[in-house]
Amino acid sequence: MKANLEVFSETLQALAEKDQQILAVTSDSRGSGKLVPFGEKFPDQIVEIGIAEQNLVGVAAGLAAMGKKAFAVSPACFLTARSLEQIKNDVAYSNNPVRLIGISAGVSYGALGSTHHSLHDFAVVRAINNLPVVAPADAFETEEVIKYAAATDEPIYIRFGKKNMPDLGQSLSPKFEIGKARLIKEGNDITLIGTGETVWPCLEAAILLKEKGISAKVISMHTIKPLDTTLLAELGATRKPIITVEEHSIFGGLGEAVSSYLFQNQYFVPFKIMGFPGEYTVTGSQTEIFEHYGISDKGIQQEALNLLKK
Amino acid sequence: MTITQLKEKSKTYRKKILELIFHAKAGHTGGCLSIIDLLNVLYNHVLRIPSPKDPSRDRFIQSKGHAVEALYVVLADQGFFPEEDLKTLGQYQSPYIGHPTKKIPGMEQNTGGLGHGLSICAGNALAAKKDKSDIKVYTILGDGEMAEGSNWEAMMFAAHYKLDNLCGILDYNKLQISGANAQVMGLEPIKQKIESFGWSVKEVDGHNIEELVNTFDQLPFENGKPSFIIAHTVKGKGVSYMENVAKWHHGVPSAEQLEQALAELA
Repeated sequence: MKANLEVFSETLQALAEKDQQILAVTSDSRGSGKLVPFGEKFPDQIVEIGIAEQNLVGVAAGLAAMGKKAFAVSPACFLTARSLEQIKNDVAYSNNPVRLIGISAGVSYGALGSTHHSLHDFAVVRAINNLPVVAPADAFETEEVIKYAAATDEPIYIRFGKKNMPDLGQSLSPKFEIGKARLIKEGNDITLIGTGETVWPCLEAAILLKEKGISAKVISMHTIKPLDTTLLAELGATRKPIITVEEHSIFGGLGEAVSSYLFQNQYFVPFKIMGFPGEYTVTGSQTEIFEHYGISDKGIQQEALNLLKK
Repeated sequence: MTITQLKEKSKTYRKKILELIFHAKAGHTGGCLSIIDLLNVLYNHVLRIPSPKDPSRDRFIQSKGHAVEALYVVLADQGFFPEEDLKTLGQYQSPYIGHPTKKIPGMEQNTGGLGHGLSICAGNALAAKKDKSDIKVYTILGDGEMAEGSNWEAMMFAAHYKLDNLCGILDYNKLQISGANAQVMGLEPIKQKIESFGWSVKEVDGHNIEELVNTFDQLPFENGKPSFIIAHTVKGKGVSYMENVAKWHHGVPSAEQLEQALAELA
């Protein structure tokens, strides 16, 4: 088990070894971004901005415009709020291929409170054109998306947390492709769609449901934008219930994106968005906050039973 | 280009700016006339731009994006696109809009939100340093824009990284949309502020072509420090009834006013 954050740092280091154009741009965040070894190994490939997130993204855009592969690494809460106009104008609108890396996303910071939570980031970046949005679920997806980001010449927003994540396995979906959801577990009665670190509790819930004789399909919707609408059309056509689960506000994230597609294409299925309600979260560790709002094996199981009227 | 030729260029540019804004029925007239001598000297004396996509070109980003009509006139004169195309400015589906965009050959970035140019330029300048290239990077900032905190983040950064290939230029006409800077948000003592951030600063008359040429020729002012030029300018410079009048920030001349302005510039 490894944290996606750790996988990001190791992957970036491996890529930077072969490519001097790769730069890690940080806002006094090399520690929280696990980039201390990167900085020691490649002192010329780390750019410290200090605690100045607007400048972080502006400078990264300027570096990208000159052909540098700039990874702007900052806690997701600051990156997508403090620097939002720079993301919109200097990265997305000006099409400078900055790799925006939102670390310690969602409620990773637990008891540090709502200043440090990013439960808004999907909503705000989704509304910006020319900016794919990706939340990898495990080590495999994280490594793949970072490799993709290094190779692409377009802007991208990637967010992940810092807790250890179990490997979800690749037997059903051996490939990782932007915009293509990954099938984690087959099932016929209901579909649980997670993104990022919520795919794991979806899988745990599917195991609990199996004990009750319910067969749940589990999907990792790592790319929130562009959505895998081909898969959603297939799911919608079965008319089976769908639950989305995200470490994000229920407003403007994965759930609303999925429901928007389904309902505008006349797939009227029993549907539930699981995420964080419109309130500043209860105090607790990430796990406690997850449990409190039902983002857990039991919580997701219960919603599935409700939806299936069992 | 000789000083005399540059002075002639400024006159021509002023007339073209006014005609362009009159035709489009919109534009930031006062600011365009205040930065045009700066743009003239930059594009006809300072910047090395063999072609708009040449990787070795110097970079100019107009942070003060709203004075785009002045930049359009100068870039057309550089031959980057036909001047004729500017007739579509602001029209349905025209690529020529009220702020700089990369769709237009010669424009480096999409600007218009204030407080963005200096950070992007600092990124350009750092990249050039890393590549050991002699590319120089320039930006023009508005005085009202100096209230944006992001500019001061970029100021700290550029000095920290000793970006002496970077030059910031302040179009200091002392007026912004609601009135005098001093009333809206005072920026004095601006020279000391920028110096205290670790930049090397010179003040010039932003309409004196000789002085501008001499000043730009001294870049970098100090090795190991970014350079900053405070260009004292006059909003609406060259047209008597526009000079130092805040309402000409985005005022559009009538046919009679245009005629008078062109006569004054003859």
